[in-house]
Amino acid sequence: MSEANLTEVQADRSKMQISETEVAIDIIGMNKWYGDFHVLRDINLHVMKGERIVICGPSGSGKSTMIRCINRLEEHQKGKIVVDGIELTSDLKRIDEIRREVGMCFQHFNLFPHLTILENCTLAPIWVRKMPKKQAEEVAMHYLERVKIPEQANKYPGQLSGGQQQRVAIARSLCMNPKIMLFDEPTSALDPEMIKEVLDVMVGLAEEGMTMLCVTHEMGFARKVANRVIFMDQGQIVEQNEPEEFFTNPQHERTQLFLSQILHH
Amino acid sequence: MTKDSSIAFVLKEPKEAEPAPIATTGALAWTRENLFSSRLNTALTILSLLFLAWMIPGLVQWTFVDAVWFANSIDECRQLSPGGACWAVITARFDQFMFGFYPEELRWRPVLAFVLLGVALLPVLWDAVPARKQLFFFSAIYPLVAFALLWGDGFIFERVNSSDFGGFLLTMIIGVTGISFSLPIGVLLALGRNSNLPFIKLICVTFIEFIRGVPLITLLFVASTLLNYLLPPGTNFDIILRVLIMVTLFASAYMAEVIRGGLAALSKGQYEAADALGLTYWQSMYLIILPQALKISIPGIVNTFIGLFKDTTLVSVIGLLDPLGIIQPILADSTWNGLVVELYAFVGLVFFVFCFAMSRYSMYLERKLSAGDRH
Ligand SMILES: Nc1ncnc2c1ncn2[C@@H]1O[C@H](COP(=O)(O)OP(=O)(O)OP(=O)(O)O)[C@@H](O)[C@H]1O
Ligand SMILES: [Mg+2]
Repeated sequence: MSEANLTEVQADRSKMQISETEVAIDIIGMNKWYGDFHVLRDINLHVMKGERIVICGPSGSGKSTMIRCINRLEEHQKGKIVVDGIELTSDLKRIDEIRREVGMCFQHFNLFPHLTILENCTLAPIWVRKMPKKQAEEVAMHYLERVKIPEQANKYPGQLSGGQQQRVAIARSLCMNPKIMLFDEPTSALDPEMIKEVLDVMVGLAEEGMTMLCVTHEMGFARKVANRVIFMDQGQIVEQNEPEEFFTNPQHERTQLFLSQILHH
Repeated sequence: MTKDSSIAFVLKEPKEAEPAPIATTGALAWTRENLFSSRLNTALTILSLLFLAWMIPGLVQWTFVDAVWFANSIDECRQLSPGGACWAVITARFDQFMFGFYPEELRWRPVLAFVLLGVALLPVLWDAVPARKQLFFFSAIYPLVAFALLWGDGFIFERVNSSDFGGFLLTMIIGVTGISFSLPIGVLLALGRNSNLPFIKLICVTFIEFIRGVPLITLLFVASTLLNYLLPPGTNFDIILRVLIMVTLFASAYMAEVIRGGLAALSKGQYEAADALGLTYWQSMYLIILPQALKISIPGIVNTFIGLFKDTTLVSVIGLLDPLGIIQPILADSTWNGLVVELYAFVGLVFFVFCFAMSRYSMYLERKLSAGDRH
């Protein structure tokens, strides 16, 4: 197993409740093309509230594209995506409504460099949720404490380490009180010692029942936290299973090849 | 193993910080490092010093020592001091240089407008000014105030004709209007050019490319003559207003491209993060994208401002009496016939003061805004 994939995390699965009835995301027969290139082919994914789904697969397999379709950073051309009961169409109002409920963390954090950490966190609550500034700051400080960096509140992103920046990015999303969190390789731009501090925050979220879709190759995290692991290749969902089954007994040959590559080098 | 060959090492006593050697700090070190660091450098330094020693005394002599400040004609100047500058032409025609043919008894109005311009600029240029909000309100209504003061409103203030405007008053009117409107219009054009609405994009691209591809003089000629054929006969469309529109549009097209450069320098991640948080297009532009893009573009923006300010002199070509337009009749006037350098030097100096001030301000702004980003 490569070093980065080995990061050990402690998680308490008993706290992670999955709703039996409430659907968070429903993707039905979704297809996407970039020009002539068919990136996503007939994606079907049904996510219940409280599920933690890890998505893995080789580079270029369409993982990012898929989760970016969920909050309309990318537009799908065929099929249906329903998020929190709202169907995604080109209706801007619906898109904004969905984005308010869906938080997203990026590989390169994408903090706003011209704003302080606190301003990064209060911006969306103030402008999108129309929260009074004072209240937004209280909420922001609450989440900054949760990701364990309240003392950095008045610094600028450029003054923080990568791990700290990613934790701020998570706090920034949480300030909008989202129902669903999307993570696109949140730790792959980080040094090994910073990966754990970010994963710990994500485990905490899972334990609180957050619905999470996470593109990551952190297999330790997938084992301890995910209730489902999805393997994608060439724009298709090739295999999905519970983490234990997925890692010990992969069925599809491409999954086997992929796992052997990332686990034994 | 002997003690000498051992590679093991442990620090026994901490080493105290010491002041840097004298030779590496202070004026002496600076001189050595910057002026005499190599043989070539030393030679160049000495050459430059010799050149300055040769130039400066004569220049000072001509400009100040032998100069004549007050006289009634060039002949009088030459009598008083044959080898000095005749600044008397400037002092004698000073009012024209400043106001053109603006009625003498009303000249307090442009002066007041100029002073108020300072007040209106305060909150824009300086963020620590007290009562900034109230002052901003004043800045917003300033164009109306200035218009009423300069042209008169016909009720309180007597009307003044556009043809009486001239000198640096005209320069300031065109420069300040062009600068304050070209930035917002340029921002909109740049955003439009980056828009994914094809129609808006097409309009912006066409506009920018057309205006940039045509010399300003051509646009000014269109404004002064061609427009008369296009407009219905009898319409009275103020000449200064026409020039203002043309100059502003011209600068806006350049501004748009400068700002587009700033927009392109931002990573896609900034747009995506703003979108993912649920900000609307205008919110993300206003809060996230433009503050960063404009900051990156400051040198280019100020460059365009300075260019615009100097380009105002082109209006003399269509017969407006800007400072260069004021010079023409003086050159032909027999009282002052023969003076050239003094006139252009004076106008050049005034332009330099304004442009240099803008340049310094942009440097101050860049330094202030870069305080936050230490990557
Ligand atoms: N804007 C775009 N235009 C055209 N093709 C694109 C675009 N974005 C991505 N692609 C292509 O779509 C495919 C899927 O990309 P995607 O980023 O979703 O892959 P990924 O699984 O996230 O890979 P990685 O692990 O490298 O992040 C790739 O082949 C990529 O080259
Ligand atoms: Mg990706």
